[in-house]
Amino acid sequence: MYPTNCRYTKEHEWIKMDGATGTVGITEYAQHELGDVVFVELPKIGAKISTGQPFGTVESVKAVSEIYAPVSGEVIETNAALGDAPEKINQDPHGAAWLIKIKLSNPSEVNSLMDAAAYQAYIAEKQKETSA
Amino acid sequence: MSDKITKAGRHVSQDEGLIFEKSSPGKRGMELPPLDVPPADAAKALGAGYVRAGVEGFPEVSEIEVVRHFTRISTWNYAIDYGMYPLGSCTMKYNPRVNEFVARLEGIADEHPYQPVDLSQGCLRILKTLEDILKEVTGMDAVTLQPAAGAQGELTGLLLIRAYLESQGNPRKKVLIPDSAHGTNPATAVIAGYAVENVKSDANGGIDMARLAEIVNADVAALMITNPNTLGIFERNIGEIAKILHAKGALLYMDGANMNALAGIARPGDFGVDVMHLNLHKTFSTPHGGGGPGAGPVAMKKILGPFMPTPVVIEKEGKLAYDYNRPKSIGRVKAFYGNFGVLVRALAYALAYGPGMRQASEDAVLNANYIRKKLEDVYELPYKLPCMHEVVFSDSRQKKNGVSTMDIAKRLIDYGFHPYTTAFPLIVHGALMIEPTESESKEECDQFIAAMRSIAEESATNPELVKTAPHTTRVGRLDEVTAARKPILRWKP
Repeated sequence: MYPTNCRYTKEHEWIKMDGATGTVGITEYAQHELGDVVFVELPKIGAKISTGQPFGTVESVKAVSEIYAPVSGEVIETNAALGDAPEKINQDPHGAAWLIKIKLSNPSEVNSLMDAAAYQAYIAEKQKETSA
Repeated sequence: MSDKITKAGRHVSQDEGLIFEKSSPGKRGMELPPLDVPPADAAKALGAGYVRAGVEGFPEVSEIEVVRHFTRISTWNYAIDYGMYPLGSCTMKYNPRVNEFVARLEGIADEHPYQPVDLSQGCLRILKTLEDILKEVTGMDAVTLQPAAGAQGELTGLLLIRAYLESQGNPRKKVLIPDSAHGTNPATAVIAGYAVENVKSDANGGIDMARLAEIVNADVAALMITNPNTLGIFERNIGEIAKILHAKGALLYMDGANMNALAGIARPGDFGVDVMHLNLHKTFSTPHGGGGPGAGPVAMKKILGPFMPTPVVIEKEGKLAYDYNRPKSIGRVKAFYGNFGVLVRALAYALAYGPGMRQASEDAVLNANYIRKKLEDVYELPYKLPCMHEVVFSDSRQKKNGVSTMDIAKRLIDYGFHPYTTAFPLIVHGALMIEPTESESKEECDQFIAAMRSIAEESATNPELVKTAPHTTRVGRLDEVTAARKPILRWKP
């Protein structure tokens, strides 16, 4: 169910590469855990972000959560449509509700992230833990 | 409706609009007598730019309309004066009436903060006495009463840490925060200019000591710990944790939100804590939320004393005064001297209980453990250790029938109780966080337990009933999502 042309983080972000730029969003699992998203805060275009550091927040009726950068680089575009329609994150997290586009400072960094199969196994393990 | 609902419901459930909708021109609550002195021309005295004809948008209503309006809407509310309020982490204990009596005494209620110090000796004595009591309860060397709430106390505490470390030559970069901490802690650290690093809990809900020893280094300014933590579990390694931090020159901050489990029994100053805040509106029985207002005094060890907010109450030859001459102070954090009326109530509580504060803590712990034992066969208990003042279950058994912690909480309203805290702490999936406090009798705890057991049964036999609760309130489930996404914050005619 998770797109195989993306890579995934343990904090439930995905990144889809196109040359040296990547599109970043949060996963279906993340949106489901968050519940109804009511607000999204994204960085400014030109901001530098670094691997594992928070670059924005998603607020749901349950909690405010940070979004972590899967890789280092510079923000070249943000999804302005989410400002008025944060619910898109619940409806289409892997498509229309992408968050930011980054120009990677080190494109090979992506290779250290999980592929779809590994991510699927990772969340299956997580779900087992929480239902135990 | 279940015949197991035994608590009294509320009788008044009228519909009541906004007070603005009752307004009609010319109505008023009071007539002023005719002016018996020559009128002053306000425009002339103040300048025409400062004069206006009236206040636009204020409702024009009679006195009884105001009284009825607010009395009616107050009946939609739930309060500790109606019944048990087991909202975990919030310590919704009874606010003794003696607190109110004392706060209303002439000479306390009518004091003005600009009164000269010579005429304020009584109020200064109140501040000084409360400081001394809080020092004794926490085992600390100094206390500031200024912060207006717990979160502001946290920020004050971290600013003290930063000021101290700066005076040592390096403010450092990071604050460590366990995943079982209060949600305000990371926000506080960021506002104080620190990066936050998470520390994972071990299987017993305590701090992973090996991991802690690994990550504490010269970049770490402090660890912010809540003890007992949000699972209601006492951090047994607290002394060791303090040693690890101190060995690397870092400080230990304790979030005192859960002090109701410890007051009179254990003193954070004795187990290595350098600075902490207290929530007087939790542990010291002052009114909570909704205009409380709060009070979040900060208690600290000697090394932080020079940096505390000004003014500081000092005593010289039996006379009290404000000391503003403290060059290393982080400055004022609140207008005047903190929320004075709240401080008075906390002092009344402390003096009324005295050494009995220990029994209050013991009873709070006893009540939580009684509820834990009486419910652990029907609700999943993810961390099995005996708890302190609160107990955290998970909804995993009820989830099998599609019933979540939120549904159970809503159904609890039908049984005449305020809901417990839902979905927090985050490390327990679908958490039910229950804090009875010492205020509840065994009979009230038993009624709560019976209600919770009945809801567990309903979740198995009639989950729809629980999922569509509450059934006895004026309105059912509000649309929280639309309210958050498209808030309407202003009444418009």
